[in-house]
Amino acid sequence: MGAYDVAVIGAGHAGCEAALASARLGLRTALFTISLDSIANMPCNPSVGGTAKGHLVREIDALGGEMGRAADAAAIQSRMLNRSKGAAVRSLRVQADRRLYHVIMKKTLEAQENLDLKQAEVVGLETENGNVKALITKLGAVYGAKAAIIASGTYLQAKIYVGDAVYRSGPDGNLSADMLSENLKKNGVSLRRFKTGTPARVHRRSVDFSRLAAQEGDAKPVPFSFETTSPVRNLVPCHIAYTNASTHKIIMDNLRRSPLYGGRIEGVGPRYCPSIEDKVVRFAEKERHQLFIEPMGLDTEEMYLQGMSSSLPEDVQLEFYRSIEGLENVEIMRSAYAIEYDCCDPTQLFPTLEFKSVGGLYGAGQFNGTSGYEEAAAQGLVAGINAALKIKNKEALVLSRSNSYIGALIDDLVTKGCSEPYRMMTSRSEYRLFLRQDNADQRLTPLGHAIGLISRRRFSAFLAKLAAIEQELAEISKISVQPSEALNKILEERNSSPISASLKFSELLRRPQLTYSDLAPLAGRPALPDEISEQVEITVKYKGYLERQLEQIARMQLSESRLIPPDINYSEITGLRLEAKEKLDKIRPLNLGQASRISGVSPADVSVLLVFLKQRGYY
Amino acid sequence: MPEPAVAAISTPFGQGGISAVRISGEEAIFIAERVFAPFSGKALGNMKGYTAAYGFFFEGSEKIRLDTGIALVYKAPKSYTGENVVELSCHGGIFIARKILRLILENGAKMAEAGEFTKRAFLNGKLSLTQAEAVTDLISASSERSLKMAVSASQGKLWSKIRSITEKLLDLSAYFSAWFDFPEEDIPELSGENILAEINSALLEISALIEGYDQGRLVREGIFTVIAGKPNVGKSTLMNLLSGEERSIVTDVPGTTRDFIEENVLLGDYVLRLVDTAGIRRTDDSVERIGVLRAEEKLRVADIVLALFDASEELDESDRRLLEKLDSRNTVIILNKSDIGLNLETSFFRANFEHVVVISARKGEGLDSLKAALESSLRLGNFDTDSPSLANERQLECARNAYNFLKETESLLSAGESLDAVSVMIEAAADSLLQLTGERTIDKTIDAVFAKFCVGK
Repeated sequence: MGAYDVAVIGAGHAGCEAALASARLGLRTALFTISLDSIANMPCNPSVGGTAKGHLVREIDALGGEMGRAADAAAIQSRMLNRSKGAAVRSLRVQADRRLYHVIMKKTLEAQENLDLKQAEVVGLETENGNVKALITKLGAVYGAKAAIIASGTYLQAKIYVGDAVYRSGPDGNLSADMLSENLKKNGVSLRRFKTGTPARVHRRSVDFSRLAAQEGDAKPVPFSFETTSPVRNLVPCHIAYTNASTHKIIMDNLRRSPLYGGRIEGVGPRYCPSIEDKVVRFAEKERHQLFIEPMGLDTEEMYLQGMSSSLPEDVQLEFYRSIEGLENVEIMRSAYAIEYDCCDPTQLFPTLEFKSVGGLYGAGQFNGTSGYEEAAAQGLVAGINAALKIKNKEALVLSRSNSYIGALIDDLVTKGCSEPYRMMTSRSEYRLFLRQDNADQRLTPLGHAIGLISRRRFSAFLAKLAAIEQELAEISKISVQPSEALNKILEERNSSPISASLKFSELLRRPQLTYSDLAPLAGRPALPDEISEQVEITVKYKGYLERQLEQIARMQLSESRLIPPDINYSEITGLRLEAKEKLDKIRPLNLGQASRISGVSPADVSVLLVFLKQRGYY
Repeated sequence: MPEPAVAAISTPFGQGGISAVRISGEEAIFIAERVFAPFSGKALGNMKGYTAAYGFFFEGSEKIRLDTGIALVYKAPKSYTGENVVELSCHGGIFIARKILRLILENGAKMAEAGEFTKRAFLNGKLSLTQAEAVTDLISASSERSLKMAVSASQGKLWSKIRSITEKLLDLSAYFSAWFDFPEEDIPELSGENILAEINSALLEISALIEGYDQGRLVREGIFTVIAGKPNVGKSTLMNLLSGEERSIVTDVPGTTRDFIEENVLLGDYVLRLVDTAGIRRTDDSVERIGVLRAEEKLRVADIVLALFDASEELDESDRRLLEKLDSRNTVIILNKSDIGLNLETSFFRANFEHVVVISARKGEGLDSLKAALESSLRLGNFDTDSPSLANERQLECARNAYNFLKETESLLSAGESLDAVSVMIEAAADSLLQLTGERTIDKTIDAVFAKFCVGK
């Protein structure tokens, strides 16, 4: 039926990025989906970003991915979270119009050169000499492909649970993909079961908003994409409600009717996305749990109840939702459900996201054991780039823990594996003072440009921004601020000691109590664009920490630069402990840095490995 | 980026005229310059390889002198390890060597792993390839040994202590993680005061471990006790009284004790390693002047100083010079010759020193109150040999690093720095302690978040 360079299976957030990256790098690309009407669907919360996830979106954008631009265009509310807690943990989050996001992404895919969209269920892979050769669809069509990216989300052998009711189905009423799993196993890919869940959607008019606190978007919203120039829209509020003792009693009284507590679900669910029954059982001492009521879009009356996912029967759901203040008359439009699906153990993958056992086969997104649209999109982008680079015979893209959250995410997956769906968190990154969402472009855009996903126009704008930041940093380290009544008044108000002699602008800016915009007028600096003054301020304030983190990073890069030959035989290395041999053989790390992060491999084991490799003439 | 410099004491423990501390790494010479200065005034960095300098060890920016010794400089690649190497030789026992090692570690070197000098030598092509297996054997044997040590009974207590401190720090970082990563959950806000209180209590526990290390060492290895006082004040008599033997030359001619005499003396449950010094006085005799200088150095590294004064006479100039050199924290003032008469104003001593005893060494009077003063000045009276204690310099280094990170956390908090930086500092402290058990802070933090907080959509 056709021959492609790269075939992408699944058109969710991972699949879309993978297909776009591959096609943009000039490869003939096919994107297969069970339903063209569910491209880039948001089957769970209608939002993009959030803590650490917002970092991922910025990084995707900085590398030349699509999610940031699409989220900016589909946003109906935007908030910068953690504004007061420090630049490193600030994260952007938008409520997105779910249908609009789908439409925007579908149009982008359709308009993309080299990219064909196909509605078909892929049921098998053909390989030759251990490499991907072709795909077979349910209708029997065969498509040649040099590389395949599996981005099957929660569709493989998917089962939905609502109380006693169990049925085969993908999310949001889509068909499940029931045949690919067997074929993957035949190709040597080992699979396992994970589960996740989603809360009910309810009708707007059945909610009494007068009894709930509203949460508005930011007064001055900022976009995800470094390219977005039109303002992000802030059109709707969200609302906050709370469970109470009677909600908890209803849940406890009906616990045996939950498939989770009744033991009918075997899949492993995420700890950070607990169902309401989990929360009530595990945190019995909490008197109330918070929920957010979020609009699903501008052209729908459906509202999403964040924080209230459940697999209890529909009648119990209705009863406990109605026990909540403001929801007394709530009408459910779609019930909450739990979904169980096949996914792979990501330690089968290299950090390029290619399977160790099948050449040209890549995994991305929930199929790799993660959770979340942003985690999925990040992996899709990396898998798409690497499939393309491999076919073009170019060096693979391996992002590092030290240059991105995406690097930390993938390193965690392929080095440590995951025993539950993996969610990105700021606390997973040891270098988080450096890996901020505000400097994603500085960290990654040069890479994106080298790969070929950043336009010349965008890159020169980026270079101009860097130059402006450098210039202002140089300027404020030269000029002084004189003591004045106005300045000392600000200092006193902020509990910072007043000054009596002139001080360098940059010295003063280092004080945690002061901002660039406080000082700029007093020092006669012209007004700068926010994106410039923000970088200047953070660079000055975080200087000490950054120097320290960059030193740690340099040390880490030293061990990452010591590559391990792919054909190494760990069993012949004397002095390695048995556990270390087994772990190293399973993970097959690319370098000594990665080896040192494998649990069960001690620093002494790494030393032994280093000496062994040196003896064999490496390094 | 070069590997960090490493250091270790390279002579066998125990007695011996000379101890050597070895530093290896690109920064080795730079670090050595911060603890050792040649008398010639020439910087170590300007010396050629394979050359030696006679000089002195010092502490701090005021260059307080600790000992005299020799620095041997080797320049990369012409050294055992193939890196820059400095070998610092100091006098006498392990006490001074340890003190110097500690200063070196504080100035940026890391404690060498067992086998590390050899490993570096191998990696830098200084050993033949066939020696690789000997190197790996060395590494794995030593890691086995430390693993075994970790589960030994005496270390068991240490681990549970470390565990309880790290739990505290991990709770804090889990709190920060939950608070940063789930800002829309109603996570109770911890006040700066609460965080400070937690940090303080961890600091107290860690400093108890660090102090306990010194006390444990005192109990295990003996107390380096220096007897000081002007000539003929009765130092040798006191030494003989304590050791029960006539070792020092006891004469009435001042200045007969030229060299240092070391005696191991059992006092109660403790071993005193007694050193008698030449008197501190002005002298033109050049041989004796060296002795005086070295006596001053001993005072600075002593665990405890027994400072003798003649109770039968007024204080003279040389007494006053000695008084200037004393540190009230580790000094026991002994007013000797009470049998002749008490003509000294004791109130001056009692006002400035916690431990003042009046004895007659010649008659053997006042020994009990001396013992009591010793015990209490070393705080050994309540030192429980059963309590958890750090076993070696490596463990001490981890504890010190954790301590320093927490101190920094404290100052960040009080300066109002943003909490993202605070959280990273707390994790660094936890990481320093977890290095002892080989666990990772990030994994443990995330486990703790989900165990303790109800977060997630």
